[in-house]
Amino acid sequence: MFNNIKKDFPIFLSYPDLVYLDSASTSQKPQVVIDAVMDFYKKKNANIHRGIYKLAEEATAAYEHTRDLTSQFINAISRNEIIFTGNTNHAINLVAEGWGRKFLKKGDIVVLTEMEHHANVIPWLRLKDEIGIELVFIPLDNEGKLEKIEITKSVKFVSLTHISNVLGTVNPIEEIIADIKKQNADVKVLIDAAQSIAHLPVDVQKIGCDFLAFSSHKMLGPSGVGVLWTKEILLKEMSPFMVGSHMIKKVTKEKVEYANLPDKFETGTGNLEGVVGLGAAITYLQKLGLENIQKHDKTLTNYALKKLQSIPYLKIHGPQTVDNRIGIFSFDILGVHPHDVAQILDGNNIAIRSGHHCCQILMNTLGVPATARASFYFYNSEQDVDKLISGTELVRKTFLA
Amino acid sequence: MTDLIYREFILDHYKNPQNYGVLENPDKDVSELNPLCGDEIHLTLKLKNKQIESIAFESVGCAISKASASLFTEEIKGKTVKEVSSIKSQEVLDLLEVELTPARIKCALLIHQTVLKSVSGV
Repeated sequence: MFNNIKKDFPIFLSYPDLVYLDSASTSQKPQVVIDAVMDFYKKKNANIHRGIYKLAEEATAAYEHTRDLTSQFINAISRNEIIFTGNTNHAINLVAEGWGRKFLKKGDIVVLTEMEHHANVIPWLRLKDEIGIELVFIPLDNEGKLEKIEITKSVKFVSLTHISNVLGTVNPIEEIIADIKKQNADVKVLIDAAQSIAHLPVDVQKIGCDFLAFSSHKMLGPSGVGVLWTKEILLKEMSPFMVGSHMIKKVTKEKVEYANLPDKFETGTGNLEGVVGLGAAITYLQKLGLENIQKHDKTLTNYALKKLQSIPYLKIHGPQTVDNRIGIFSFDILGVHPHDVAQILDGNNIAIRSGHHCCQILMNTLGVPATARASFYFYNSEQDVDKLISGTELVRKTFLA
Repeated sequence: MTDLIYREFILDHYKNPQNYGVLENPDKDVSELNPLCGDEIHLTLKLKNKQIESIAFESVGCAISKASASLFTEEIKGKTVKEVSSIKSQEVLDLLEVELTPARIKCALLIHQTVLKSVSGV
């Protein structure tokens, strides 16, 4: 099923030699998504929710269809629970500002983990600075797995990632959330699903979280589109993060009455073609089947893990077994700086990421300024792993020659 | 294919950087950070008659940033603060004798920014 999958992705036709190992940063786009964006501009372009002419109706229908698809994709109870944002980072800001700033008080504790992306740290750090909440960071064990979360009386909110964008660790979020809610059912939990949404089935009802955020661009869709899922009851009590056009029912010189859900949270003209493209990405992913993607992922992760572990001068950060991890590998080669590793690999058309990956807190825990990171998706093959392995040999030769 | 920028010349400066370390009782002591990659340079220098008498750097960074710091600190030793302040970015890049991509230019210029910071207001 995945043997010829590269042909669905025009970037690999443009660059047949490209070994793209940076999908944790952003995924490549299949032709169907590119077509959907183009088709919107060619045949449906009009502003949504405004005009009464046919074209505007079509544009609105295309946009709103993605809301239905997204709702089914994550098993939301209602389409009104799906809010389109700019990206995951924007979605988390919406929660921190719309819920956090309204309901958290000085001294309340928000629990984060040491593996959080800055997108899930800075919105809370700002509330710490501005309203005096406290932050507690859950540490990791030697293999990059989370330690137990203690819910004390002051804990009001827990915000954690489903999958580490640096280590590839899959957190057992269903167990973690069940445990949190058992300790205190009132504690709200946000899941950063930016990585997981593309790799495994995400079912918000099964997970048991209160908020879930993800981005379109990591799941084959266009960039500039994100999703916040939240229970309707929470959305009703939250304040909108951005206010202005479209999100209103009635405006006078004195006051405004906000629109019903989900419009209350979507102000201004959004990324219409991007949302439509996300719809095409979801349809494509569903056709492949998340279970099949997960299976392919596991096989490839296992292959890559064994190969990488067999290199004596290479050290993998994070989980050393295929269980509870996906194919995101941060690694070190003889202390060579990750930028140099990435540059040498790029000389062989192997695209990996180097840097702190927006996780400076985790870099500190790992005791490194940066890491080299190779991340795989279903369009990668065992040959791509083999090329990475040869590339690491070139790094060794260059720096030890 | 080995990348062209990793020539012997660059790797030598990376492995055995000139002026590496920290000066005692420096006149200037500054650090500069590249927020994109977390690389950091710590620079100390001693001045005599507004001239750079001695200079030392220590850094966490890639081969390009370290080689560039080695070459540039060597280049400005003995120069006046005024001369150093007027050095353009391109002159720093020229010392490396390789073509860098835009992302790597930032690595090479971290030492330039650090030096400019250290002599500003002298």
